[in-house]
Amino acid sequence: MAQPGIGKKTNTKVEDQSSLKGTLASVFLLGFFLIITWVGVYFLFLDRF
Amino acid sequence: MHIHKFEKIWLIFGITTLLVFLSVIGVSAFYLGNQPPSCLATINPEKVDTTAPFDKPGLKKVEGKEWDYELVFVASAFAYNPGQVEVPKGAKVKVIATTKDVIHGFEVAGTNINMMLEPGFISEYVTTFDKAGEYLIVCNEYCGVGHHMMSSKIEVVE
Amino acid sequence: MSTKSINTIVDRRDGKLAMAHFYVAFIALAIGGLAGLLQTLVRSGKYELPWGIGYYQVLTVHGVVLGLVLTTFFIMGFQLAAVSRTSGALTDKQRMTGWIGFWLMTIGTVMAAVMILLNEASVLYTFYAPLQAHALYYVGLTLVIVGSWIDGAALIMAYASWRKANPGKPSPLLTFMAIVNTLLWIVATIGVAATVLFQLLPWSLGLVERVDVLVSRTLFWYFGHPLVYFWLLPAYMAWYAIVPKIIGGKIFSDSLARMSFILFLLFSIPVGFHHQLMEPGIDPAWKFLQVILTFLVIIPSLMTAFSLFATFEMFGRSKGATGLFGWVKKLPWGDARFAVPFIGMLAFIPAGAGGVINASHQLNQVVHNTIWVTGHFHLTLATSVILTFFGISYWLVPHLTGRVLTKAMNKLAIIQAVIWAIGMTFMSGAMHAAGLLGAPRRSSFSTYGGSEQAAEWIPYQVAQAVGGSILFLGIILMLYIFINLAFFAPKGEQEFPVGEVADAAEKTPMVFENWKLWIGITVLLILFAYTIPFIDMIQNAPIGSKGYKFF
Repeated sequence: MAQPGIGKKTNTKVEDQSSLKGTLASVFLLGFFLIITWVGVYFLFLDRF
Repeated sequence: MHIHKFEKIWLIFGITTLLVFLSVIGVSAFYLGNQPPSCLATINPEKVDTTAPFDKPGLKKVEGKEWDYELVFVASAFAYNPGQVEVPKGAKVKVIATTKDVIHGFEVAGTNINMMLEPGFISEYVTTFDKAGEYLIVCNEYCGVGHHMMSSKIEVVE
Repeated sequence: MSTKSINTIVDRRDGKLAMAHFYVAFIALAIGGLAGLLQTLVRSGKYELPWGIGYYQVLTVHGVVLGLVLTTFFIMGFQLAAVSRTSGALTDKQRMTGWIGFWLMTIGTVMAAVMILLNEASVLYTFYAPLQAHALYYVGLTLVIVGSWIDGAALIMAYASWRKANPGKPSPLLTFMAIVNTLLWIVATIGVAATVLFQLLPWSLGLVERVDVLVSRTLFWYFGHPLVYFWLLPAYMAWYAIVPKIIGGKIFSDSLARMSFILFLLFSIPVGFHHQLMEPGIDPAWKFLQVILTFLVIIPSLMTAFSLFATFEMFGRSKGATGLFGWVKKLPWGDARFAVPFIGMLAFIPAGAGGVINASHQLNQVVHNTIWVTGHFHLTLATSVILTFFGISYWLVPHLTGRVLTKAMNKLAIIQAVIWAIGMTFMSGAMHAAGLLGAPRRSSFSTYGGSEQAAEWIPYQVAQAVGGSILFLGIILMLYIFINLAFFAPKGEQEFPVGEVADAAEKTPMVFENWKLWIGITVLLILFAYTIPFIDMIQNAPIGSKGYKFF
């Protein structure tokens, strides 16, 4: 099932099936979202009396 | 127990972020004095009207303190006393409030003045009113049928 | 790990017990959902309640029926089914215990409901003293909790018999998770039981005149935060251990799943002060200590996020996905059992972000008791958790009733979740925004004497009503699907999916089953976080409060 498509792969490296790079990217997007919202409210706090 | 390399990276990043958040609020709270309102003073809730400073609600100039004014509020179902008050812009004010009956939530909308008023306790918050305008005070803790009618007003004037 | 003797079908008699819980839960959904709709309509300013019904009476119904009744009944029913499925059918004694728990909970619910309907208990589900409800309201809520303990006892007994029959083996993952959640619940509810039994009940009966308000609130919030984890963990059970099977993938790691559950047990309880950050009478240093502990409980959720993405990516790649996000396309979007909980998972991202803000000590001043908070827990509980519960129902209800989820119902279920997501985007989004502007939560429509600021909130309140109406449509759809699955769907065999561990993941350490250790640490952490401030509260207590009935 996992054979690379004939003539499709021009890369020399076959993509690692167990790669979790998409996961890493996803959680980092999540992390940045946490930071942006937190910093946003923090500045609201600083701005108000 | 095996942890994937990427998961380690993620957890280190995540935990570092949390540590940064904690440091920022920790330094702000313990060094700069931006603690949430946590006054420890108590009062007899049935004798609020005869206990200073709640016997004279409203704004009062004070001398020799870290703040220029004291702004005293008495809350009860379903009103604040005073119902309206003027504060000069730039004044450093200690807001002092308590309740005569149930729990109320003293919130000056659009500001950081937000504190629970609980029977038997005095709540305080010190801040500088540095933006002119009209600020609505609401009750933000359910106190009964008239909860949403309970309000007051602070006018910060030049 | 896989002992083939375990049945793949929940015992029919256990199924009946679980379904009894679900009937109550979905009746609660109908009543509580209607109450929610009415609240958003009233608060838009365009509608008034008929027949002298009070806004706060309706609000009490909404909170009690959805926050306490729907959740507790659904969770107990689900956990009973999950334990029966993964550890074998309950014995007659265990099942009888479950039924006793169920009936106690039901009787308690009816008592509390009658008092609310008579307007004797419009004190909201948090019943903060010194607002005083009728004694029967407190008795009713006590029975719900005691009943849930007895339900929990049935689960613990079933777990104990599995361990006895399988010495030296780690318990099945779903059973393990159900037991962690049950223990969490028992430890947490001691707080609310203490304030109700020793403070509020004697006070409402007139046996004592006064009540210590701060102690009561502190005991409530000792319970109130683990309560939200009690709601969340069953959703995590489905995300960790069931959804991987539904998509045809594997559990990312059995050990990490268990570890995150243990971390929830340890850190979700000694954190109640982050609900009391704005209160007088508590030293800010103790508040900050609990803020730190609260931040620790974020870590297992960070782990969960990774595990879930990893499960999805591994599955997608095994199906030949390439690129950074190619695996997303391989997921079974047409399967409601996956798609509905997935929307719930997505909602947990903004929900979690809001939660971190709420817990951040003085930042709480910006949002405390504003409608931002309402928006926050309508993402956590009323989207992440509830959509996962709906997603569970789509296979569990037909599994228990010997029916199947038809294609038509599957499609309707996906439409339901999309409607929910749209409605919640309007409602919760508007709540977050209005909250930042200062609009208070738990308040009926008010112009606050023509205040300019309050006028700015009204368009958001209209948006909340639009969202609330869309959500109510979602509730009607859900009830239609539930009734179909319970009574009318074609007979057949619907699978109860239970995930298997990925081959690469290794043996589960037995230390996770060392309850003496985990409960011991839990108790130590609680004592550490609460003992000194609690002694302070009692030593410096002002005169107590008499009861008030302002409703």
